[in-house]
Amino acid sequence: MAQFKPLFSLENQNLLTAVQPVGPLHDGPALPRGDWRRSGKPFLFHLLGRIGNAQIGPIYLGGLGVASLVFGTLAFNIIGFNMLASVDWSPLQLIRQLFWLALEPPPPSFGLSIPPLAQGGWWLVVGFLLTTSILLWWARTYRRARQLGLGTHVAWAFAAAIWLYLVCGFFRPIMMGSWSEAVPFGIFPHLDWVSAISLRHGNLFYNPFHALSIVFLYGSVLLFAMHGATILAVGRYGGEREIEQIVDRGTASERAALFWRWTMGFNASMESIHRWAWWFAVLCPLVGGIGILLTGPVVDNWYLWSMKHHVVPSYPQVFPVSIDPALLGAKP
Amino acid sequence: MSNLATLKLSGLRLLAAGLAAMALAGCGERPPIETKQLGYRGTGMEQNVNPRLEAAKVAVNQAPVAADPASADGPKASQVYQNVKVLGHLSVAEFSRHMNAITQWVSPKEGCIYCHVGENFADDGKYTKIVARRMIQMTQHINQDWQKHVAATGVTCYTCHRGNPVPENVWYKPADRKYTANSIMGDLAGQNYASKSVGYSSLPFDPFTPYLLEDKPIRVNGNEALKFTGAAANNNSTKQAEHTYALMVHMSQGLGVNCTTCHNTQNFQEWTNAPPQRVTAWHGIRMARDLNNAYMVPLTDTFPANRKGVHGDVAKVNCLTCHQGVQKPLYGAAMAKAYPELLAPYKAPASDGLPAPLAEAMRSVMYFAVGSATLEGEQAKGMAQLVSSMAANQAIKATISGYHSASGELAANQELAKQRAFMVRDSLLAAGIAPARVVLDKPLQAEANLAGEDPAARRVEVSVK
Repeated sequence: MAQFKPLFSLENQNLLTAVQPVGPLHDGPALPRGDWRRSGKPFLFHLLGRIGNAQIGPIYLGGLGVASLVFGTLAFNIIGFNMLASVDWSPLQLIRQLFWLALEPPPPSFGLSIPPLAQGGWWLVVGFLLTTSILLWWARTYRRARQLGLGTHVAWAFAAAIWLYLVCGFFRPIMMGSWSEAVPFGIFPHLDWVSAISLRHGNLFYNPFHALSIVFLYGSVLLFAMHGATILAVGRYGGEREIEQIVDRGTASERAALFWRWTMGFNASMESIHRWAWWFAVLCPLVGGIGILLTGPVVDNWYLWSMKHHVVPSYPQVFPVSIDPALLGAKP
Repeated sequence: MSNLATLKLSGLRLLAAGLAAMALAGCGERPPIETKQLGYRGTGMEQNVNPRLEAAKVAVNQAPVAADPASADGPKASQVYQNVKVLGHLSVAEFSRHMNAITQWVSPKEGCIYCHVGENFADDGKYTKIVARRMIQMTQHINQDWQKHVAATGVTCYTCHRGNPVPENVWYKPADRKYTANSIMGDLAGQNYASKSVGYSSLPFDPFTPYLLEDKPIRVNGNEALKFTGAAANNNSTKQAEHTYALMVHMSQGLGVNCTTCHNTQNFQEWTNAPPQRVTAWHGIRMARDLNNAYMVPLTDTFPANRKGVHGDVAKVNCLTCHQGVQKPLYGAAMAKAYPELLAPYKAPASDGLPAPLAEAMRSVMYFAVGSATLEGEQAKGMAQLVSSMAANQAIKATISGYHSASGELAANQELAKQRAFMVRDSLLAAGIAPARVVLDKPLQAEANLAGEDPAARRVEVSVK
């Protein structure tokens, strides 16, 4: 008698890690002379094994990692203590207001000069410390990849994000001649900055580079969903062993390719799909950074720019005509 | 096996419920939220309304029923009572009706003696009476001079007070941090603190001082697509944009509306395809600024310390003061109509019914009787002043425009406006002003006078440059 099979069960969809293969704990390959030793004795953590690898450690800190952590911790603490000071040193208010608080860049009157600590000086200090920390961490990802004999794709993808960070907080403020144009360090305040820069420059949605950046952002999400779904779907044929499938195409790969060819007429290959994903992810901050760098130093008003170059259609007039009272000389 | 599956599913469900609860806690507004389309499809011109919250607002924003009109007959209040400075032209019955209404609107619990000295109502001993008198004048000023904002609906004391001696929504300059002085850390920069004044955003929490007290420029957008250097450069900063944004959030909160009520979502600076409410709001900002400077700030010394802010500043108005979360205060109830004494300051009628002629540095205005193209009485003196100022400065030229009122036939009116302009020109030439210095402009219908007979519309304006 045939066993009852539910039409949909989580197990059959391969959505959760069902089996945790556990091998002997390992340190990884030996490192060349001059490198630090890896710290920490590796151990297994079952719950983490459900979402990734159960083996924790060892961690490679290294000179770059330690320096990056030192600078990063300094930056983090200076931001934190400034936030604490801004609520009159009340720990309770620090927690309540955490999302609202910020370390704000200096007011516009200071231009690119060095402001007093109390008026944005700390922001400049933190900017230096945090940027140093991030660049050191970038060097660490680059060097670790080389030492493992990997390509440096992760480092360059990270560099794309650093580019956008530097454009917002360093390159654009310098081109605008004012530190005040930079992003505050704070949760809601940095979001307010995003809205304000868009409002100031006539709606960032009319910036074609912003549009491209959104294409790559949403595109990344779409590609990630398509790829993740495809690999999970062919998991029962060993599809998650993608690397082997690149050189030795088995039934998983064939079925995945067929599925997309049937549904949309074209399929990425086992290797090219990762290039799609990498380029989409990297281009998102790259073109976004170009867009922000143009916003202010080159283009003052994206809406007017777009109208001038017929980038977008104009819509039918549906309201009675309103005339700017300031043009009519209305008083005061 | 099936138990395990159930367990997993219920776990997922719990997680989903937890996430939903967190998302809702963040919004602070329970659904439903209804969206009304305001503009062209697909442009995001929408108004979000929560019918549950809207119903609650309707309940608390109702205008009280007006008392029956009182007889205008009998002696005037100024003849019967002492020290009646603003409403003395009312009959005693009208005056009593008005005083009763104010008591209901402003101090229903405290009664007459909130403002008056019990033994002698004419006594100005209480500061509240001085303030109340000034506030009646302010109400008249709003209803007469700010119709571009309040339209014919107008305002009464109740629009702001709602039965409270001090309106619930007034603003003061915000308190400083405790440890501001000598602190090298924790500069708030006037923002980054959850503040009710800006809808609990982290935007600058005092958008009122720069815009509703001072007149700092609100517009941050430029008129050029590209960044220009030199004179055409738009040097407004992103931080200025945050301040403007803060004022706009206050307006949105104060009126219970979205940005789209006034703005074209494509571009907030753009006036084309912006709803006409933006013009009303533009005047509203100027009105609040005018009221704060002309009425509230001068009362600073009148108020006792306990009615002032931490910086010793007087209570001031913003959009929320009147609107209280509703786009048209009290849902547009035309309360003021029932109290005509609040619609305009009382003016004794002039003998000929015409406004006095204007003789300013750049502009002269003279008024005419209905159907007339001759200057009579007081109006002729305006002409004499114009002649003497033109004689004194040989460099200036006069541009003459004739106006007519909206009542009557257009062609005849335009001819009349022309004749009025000719009259002024001929008088100037007759007075020896060189013809090259006298220019005629085409006849105009006074824009303020769209219908009916307005004495202020029948005029000749001479701009002098």
